[in-house]
Amino acid sequence: MSALALRALRKRFGEVVAVDGLDLEVRAGECFGLLGPNGAGKTTTIEICEGLTDPDDGDVDLLGRRWRDGEHELRERLGIQLQDTQLSEKITVRETLDLFRSFYAEARAVDDVIGMVQLEEKRDARVGTLSGGQKQRLALACALVGDPELLFLDEPTTGLDPQARRQLWELIERFRATGRTILLTTHYMDEAERLCDRVAIMDHGRVIALGTPRALIAEIIGEHLVEFSAASGDVSETVLRTLPGVTAVRGQNGGWQLEVKELHRTVPALLAALERQRVVLSELRTHSATLEDVFVKLTGRHLRDE
Amino acid sequence: MSDAHAPRRRRFVDRALVQLTLVRYREFLREPEAVFWVFVFPILLAAGLGIAFRDRPQDTIQVGVLAGTPRSAQVAAALAREPALRPVLVDDSAAGRRLATGDIALLVDPSAAAGVTYRFDDARPESRTARLLVDGALQQAAGRADPVAAHDSTVHERGARYIDFVIPGLLGMNLMGSGIWGLGFAIVDARKKKLLKRLIATPMSRAEYLLSFILSRLTMLILEVGTLVGFGVLVFGVPMRGSYLQLFALCLLAAFSFSAIGLLIASRVRTMEGASGLMNLVMLPMWVFSGVFFAWTRYPAAVQPFIRALPLTAANDALRATMLQGSGPASIAPQAAILGAWLVVCFFTALKLFRWK
Repeated sequence: MSALALRALRKRFGEVVAVDGLDLEVRAGECFGLLGPNGAGKTTTIEICEGLTDPDDGDVDLLGRRWRDGEHELRERLGIQLQDTQLSEKITVRETLDLFRSFYAEARAVDDVIGMVQLEEKRDARVGTLSGGQKQRLALACALVGDPELLFLDEPTTGLDPQARRQLWELIERFRATGRTILLTTHYMDEAERLCDRVAIMDHGRVIALGTPRALIAEIIGEHLVEFSAASGDVSETVLRTLPGVTAVRGQNGGWQLEVKELHRTVPALLAALERQRVVLSELRTHSATLEDVFVKLTGRHLRDE
Repeated sequence: MSDAHAPRRRRFVDRALVQLTLVRYREFLREPEAVFWVFVFPILLAAGLGIAFRDRPQDTIQVGVLAGTPRSAQVAAALAREPALRPVLVDDSAAGRRLATGDIALLVDPSAAAGVTYRFDDARPESRTARLLVDGALQQAAGRADPVAAHDSTVHERGARYIDFVIPGLLGMNLMGSGIWGLGFAIVDARKKKLLKRLIATPMSRAEYLLSFILSRLTMLILEVGTLVGFGVLVFGVPMRGSYLQLFALCLLAAFSFSAIGLLIASRVRTMEGASGLMNLVMLPMWVFSGVFFAWTRYPAAVQPFIRALPLTAANDALRATMLQGSGPASIAPQAAILGAWLVVCFFTALKLFRWK
């Protein structure tokens, strides 16, 4: 059963097409990631799902309902964290959650939610005194206090330090483990690889790749990347292509990049072949392919170029 | 994480409207500047004005007599017999400057062979008074007999002093300020911080959100009106001739009208700068024209109908009538109607224009 289905979604702001014919399905109980650089249309898409932006065209189906006829009921069942909400600074953590809790017919106890996001020590601290990570956890708590079936997180860890990000990931994983559905946007590939069951890579308002992070990497890149540069000697591209386990070869900025399925077979063969051609290496690196590599291969750009 | 899912019985304090209103109080009371402007500032202003314009024992007016003429001493002695005058001898060289600075209200020049010349600025009320007193004193000293026997019987009526005039004006100004600022800034701030957007992403009722502002204004109003009126009545003896119930109802109506104006101003603006510019644009004419510190009847007759249509003018007039003249509901009905019209028009326009996202 799908928790969320988008069909032929379109939205433009003046001349800018933010969402350009988007189809997407999020299954109940999965954590789904919308991935892409800034300006790819992630936030517009998630805000259309949240009923905060009206699409120009297309259908949104949420938990079997539409925004038009079931807004109030839907709001009771959704948890939403927006990208940059500033909660009132003069109000304490507990008071903020008391307020958000009061909006829901069914809700979790405030102290439970404070425990879930590990803000017990800050229970009576004013929001203005919290660190960035603590504020973000409070925003998550506000999204969780209504005990949602479907949770929307728009760039939940942007701007946080690595430790605060890991802490937030743990909280999101714990919510995911309860079998609820999550749709999150991010431009961090490591975040998507760690949290998401499936991801959709977006660019210019469209989905350009869809699948589990592992399948996308294997399908589009192979498992690994080998990069090297030669200090002297000529490298033959034909030879590189015939090496065992190599699926693709690219020459770039005087160096070479190989997409490789089985690292342990390719690397010895590569070194032997270069030896035979009397090529002296100045650099040799290998890394497991990431979603970042997938994005670069699909678009020719890096995710955080902008 | 699946416990606590049963429908809960709501305690009073768990209700959204109560929580929203509590947040309004907390935000207000935790903002020391706001507390100062709403409660302390009007009292300081009233106290300052009350002291500056208090009823002093009868003032004496200083007048100059040109020194160095044969009759100078004689004229000064004649003026000294009039208790309201304080004559001083002034050299010719200093006379012009002392007249110009208002140090002396009038200069008597007795140098002519017969009679005297009065030099004074006839645009200054004090100088015109001095002219009457000086002339009377000199004519009497010269032997004038008054055909009508006049006796003074002085009264000091409460309600006719400047402090009596200004307290209702300050009350009206305060209602305008806290209504427009209180609502406008809070809403624009919430919109700018995307808090409005976050709130409407919950099942919160939008009507309850706006209602919470009205409820918090209501309780704040009791305190604001109480402090200012209480201060005026207890410290300066400002009369309260009408009913307190009518005064409060009037304050309530005025507060709601100004809140509606605040809501209209805040309905679309996205930045605090934009909001504060618009608010000043709306309030400045009323500070100037609406009779806070002086009567609006001083303005030319041609613009008076416009001044009368301003909400602060209506509020001030009705507050003064209620406090100082003890007017009943019938006589303040026109002003109440003006305030009601502003309330209805601004509120419904604001609802139409209001931008939540």
